Amino acid sequence: MSATVDVPAVLKEKFPAATPRPSLDHPAVNLPAADVPAALKFLRDEQGFDFLVDLTAIDWAEGVSPRFTVVYHLLSTVRHDYVRVAMDCPSDETPAVASVTSLWAGANWHEREVYDMFGITFTGHPDLRRILMWDGYPHHPLRKEFPLAGIDTPLPDAEIMAETGARVIAAPMAGGPFVASPGEINLTEAEPRAKDESWNERRAKPDA
Amino acid sequence: MATEFSFPDSAAKAATAEFESEKMSLSMGPSHPSTHGVLRLQMELDGELLTKCDPVIGYLHRGDEKIAENMTYNQFVPYTDRLDYIAPLANNMAYAIAVERLAKLEVPARCQAIRVITAEMARISSHLLGLGAFGIDTGAWTVFMYAFTEREKLYKLFEELTGARFTTSYSRIGGLQRDVPEGWTGRVDAFCDQFLPNLEMILGLLTRNKIFMDRTVGVGVISREDAIAYGVTGPNLRGSGVGLDLRKDKPYSGYEQYEFDVPVGTKGDSYDRYLVRGEEMRQSVRIIKQAIAKFPGGPWYAQDARRIFAPPKDKILTSMEELIQNFMIVTEGPQMPAGEVYFEAENPKGALGFYVVSKGGGVPWRLKIRSPSFCNLSILPKLCVGCLISDVVSILGSLDFVMGECDR
Repeated sequence: MSATVDVPAVLKEKFPAATPRPSLDHPAVNLPAADVPAALKFLRDEQGFDFLVDLTAIDWAEGVSPRFTVVYHLLSTVRHDYVRVAMDCPSDETPAVASVTSLWAGANWHEREVYDMFGITFTGHPDLRRILMWDGYPHHPLRKEFPLAGIDTPLPDAEIMAETGARVIAAPMAGGPFVASPGEINLTEAEPRAKDESWNERRAKPDA
Repeated sequence: MATEFSFPDSAAKAATAEFESEKMSLSMGPSHPSTHGVLRLQMELDGELLTKCDPVIGYLHRGDEKIAENMTYNQFVPYTDRLDYIAPLANNMAYAIAVERLAKLEVPARCQAIRVITAEMARISSHLLGLGAFGIDTGAWTVFMYAFTEREKLYKLFEELTGARFTTSYSRIGGLQRDVPEGWTGRVDAFCDQFLPNLEMILGLLTRNKIFMDRTVGVGVISREDAIAYGVTGPNLRGSGVGLDLRKDKPYSGYEQYEFDVPVGTKGDSYDRYLVRGEEMRQSVRIIKQAIAKFPGGPWYAQDARRIFAPPKDKILTSMEELIQNFMIVTEGPQMPAGEVYFEAENPKGALGFYVVSKGGGVPWRLKIRSPSFCNLSILPKLCVGCLISDVVSILGSLDFVMGECDR
């Protein structure tokens, strides 16, 4: 086992725009989006971080800029160290970043998931389709403005919808999850309550 | 055509053109006995050979990550049961450790040992189901019966410990739901003793079984490079000869104290993955026996976990301060520092990771679940091309995935 390498420092030398990212566990760096594919390639080929364990995104809420951050977690199968690389998406409205499927074939599904859940497009991705939601689903559920209960949406199959008249309706939130928003002073507001309640025992279910 | 033939001359090629086969598309699943849940494979076939395979997932998507953002850290524990529902105890532990790293909590040795024992029992239970189902996929019914008999004994022990057979919700952030019952470790030890010969018998039904070997040897070969490129983890990665085991390489929960071997395969075919799982169960028994032999005393929850989980019930009912604290924990959740943490545990299916982004307060801002089954399945489009349909059944059985975890 070689001596531990200060990965943020090594990256900083190669990519001057890299800044250390606050982290409670593994070494972490922030990089501008343009540097990320080259930096990941450098980490993979020259620093031994050959395993892309995770690729995900964070939505910092509507109106915050930069709004989306894409986060990569790499693992070295030799040194058994993790490193976290994060980048802010340049655009808040049409976030698009470069795909890393050419570096790790496994990034394919991760990027599809991030696209599906956050609406971040990956340029150069061979097959950017939704993966967990169905093709043609109009929303990106992990965006912060998407309510927990869901949004009234047509069924994926128009024929079945015409036949049955059924739709995908928002879920009843009675029974939980009950959460108080942190830092609220108003005690009525701070009482536990069901979030995003659109229908329950007292308020009628919308026509399905 | 799956195979490119070389033709001696163009006339011969033209002559075969009329026999050019037509591709057929076939949908396998989402409800199919060998897709182990609700996986659907959209296949393109040339005769019986696959020319394309597109897994369609998401049938079991419940939005666990969205749900996590809307509830307190403690409330999410039961949801982790429903990721890999074959090994909930291991998921509970992985989630608890991730949040403990965020809270900078150290749990005492007794808690760590109990978590190791339960996680290894979960591994045995998961692998038994994996082997049993794999046996059925390849035409060996008996294996399933014997494997489930052993699994039932484990479930009795789980029930005694946690009160639930299936969805255990046993780990708490900073501790456990409760201490082990009187004499429980002795019964686990007794289970291990009687399990080893039974395991040999179960494996003996498959290991040199001609039919099983014909169905698995050389089928679904994942090369070392592919396994790493696709992020395959767990027994599937080790079957391809990469000796990566987080229990050894990034020890957590006191795994560094136990002696065990990490089995690796040589060829990376379905048969190697089967052998790795078989050996891992023997190693799990080794770990459990060591943990029980030096089972530590002392507290089973972290002393400074008071700000995280509810005080003892008798205190809540008799003391004002504890009552207020209980109210705060239940309504606002345990107060966490701001920051981010990524923790992966070596689960039966592979590396289960939790990436927790906190802005402070009792609710995670973002909780990403890195699911091993999701990553392991992502190799299917590459793995299945050129296989027979019957090989797909063997490959799916050997990958041992759980859709609850894949779709989250």
